Amino acid sequence: MKQIVVVSGKGGTGKTVMSACFAFLARNAVLADVDVDASNLHLLLRPEIQERHVFRSGRKARIDAGKCTGCGLCLPLCRYDALFEDREGKVVVEPLSCEGCGVCFHICPEQAVEMETQVAGEWYVSKTKYGPFVHARLGIAEENSGKLVTEVRKKAREIAESEGRDLVIMDGSPGIGCPVIASLTGTDLALVVTEPTPSGRHDMERIVGLARHFKIRVACCINKFDLNPENSEEIERWCGEQSIPVTGKITFDAAVLESVVRGVPYVEYTSNSTADEIRRMWFSLLELIDHP
Amino acid sequence: MIISVASGKGGTGKTTIAVNLALALQSDHTVQFLDCDVEEPNAHFFLKPRIEESQDILIPIPDVDDSLCTYCGKCAEVCAYNALAVVKGAVLVFAELCHGCGACSLLCPEKAIREVGKRIGVIESGWAGDIRFLYGRLDIGQAMSPPVIRTLKKKMDPSRIVVIDAPPGTSCPVIESLKHSEFCLLVTEPTPFGLHDLELAAGAAEEMKIPCGVVINRASLGGGDGEVRDFCAREELPVLMTIPFDRKIAEAYSRGQTILEAFPVYRSAFLGLFENIKKLLS
Repeated sequence: MKQIVVVSGKGGTGKTVMSACFAFLARNAVLADVDVDASNLHLLLRPEIQERHVFRSGRKARIDAGKCTGCGLCLPLCRYDALFEDREGKVVVEPLSCEGCGVCFHICPEQAVEMETQVAGEWYVSKTKYGPFVHARLGIAEENSGKLVTEVRKKAREIAESEGRDLVIMDGSPGIGCPVIASLTGTDLALVVTEPTPSGRHDMERIVGLARHFKIRVACCINKFDLNPENSEEIERWCGEQSIPVTGKITFDAAVLESVVRGVPYVEYTSNSTADEIRRMWFSLLELIDHP
Repeated sequence: MIISVASGKGGTGKTTIAVNLALALQSDHTVQFLDCDVEEPNAHFFLKPRIEESQDILIPIPDVDDSLCTYCGKCAEVCAYNALAVVKGAVLVFAELCHGCGACSLLCPEKAIREVGKRIGVIESGWAGDIRFLYGRLDIGQAMSPPVIRTLKKKMDPSRIVVIDAPPGTSCPVIESLKHSEFCLLVTEPTPFGLHDLELAAGAAEEMKIPCGVVINRASLGGGDGEVRDFCAREELPVLMTIPFDRKIAEAYSRGQTILEAFPVYRSAFLGLFENIKKLLS
């Protein structure tokens, strides 16, 4: 079983549109949305949720005002500015700042601090017309998105193995931090979707650096390449120098948006030259995955 | 005044709005710009600041003195992030999991743990015209951006108008960026993706009790303006600005141009946006 993840560094370059097309084009895949923070793939795959699971992770401190004597021992030790003294001189926790390290819990002489496990989100196993789909929703303002990504990936692999499916296709999140690292590790190929803008180019270089750091193979897709052909050429040149195959150059096409509004993968929505470009890209990606 | 610009979905135009707002305000106000999207900072491509200072961001990670350590296992027990493990005759430190909380060194009964700094990123500061410009950059391979954002935020100068360019999403890096803001501008685009993530971002701002307004970028693209406006009306979110979809704006962006450079007529719209925010806050 092989795993491919779609990433970009910069947001809004077209990861989800491409992932949904791959879901349609792939014959025997499990699909996963590993952008657990602002997931969108479900808007195109229209899943029917079969299983819901609570995601519990991380702890936060809570102080029992009845036990707190206001000695203040904990205050200077909290490195996240999460503890405050209230008007009565008791210590209170600001939950949005608490990272659950437990320093206050361990040093409180009155045992007034409790560490409470948090419900940090939900994850789902769904049925779609394109195959099984694992996705999630991280609670607002929650931490541990990386752990939720790991959970989603684990389930997707399990389904692939038990149903004899040979590919997991994952729609990733922007950035290069914790959730992106959790989506990249151990994959067979990362497709970086970029656009011919200074930000697209710069953010691509950073995500390629991250993939290399974890020794993950990279392919590149230049989306909206005709928006600035000169920049696109430069990206191609850079990819050439880095031995990164440019598997797709996709035209800026207003019809892509119509397909998003209709909630249908683009290659299913219409047949035109842009859809053909995406199809061709998919077949080159399959080649790359099959011949490491 | 501290104004942050957020969105939920990436690529809706946060940096564009933040940069152009700062540029429009600089002639009549003193402005500070903080790019808190430290995983993928981009504002400097448009503001083109002259960088004068650079500061490494370190987080404290444990360093165990083997001559004092009795391998009692206390440090591994108290570490909430599994960044320490004690196996026969050795303490293993997994630096990439460490949050730098200091529990292990504080609670080691033998005082065998000291903390050493590990670099996770950098903060650079300088001037873009009259705008005081600061941005953070997470090192590639580092997982945790909040400490970089936290250090950057400590450099806020509330005597200026502070414009914060936040990262996409709604999780910890966004919360860290939005904290202490007096107002949050939510930038969306009228597509199902934009609307879905606007709901999440509005939820995060509400949870943080920060008043919000919405900027609809690429309006009439995808024909979803009505749905975004319905949502804003239902949630009592004022729509403060609308920028139409225009391939020319996208092309200017691809050349590293700001809206004000390419289309100076927008200056009054950005000044109007600021006046609207002031009105809402008074």
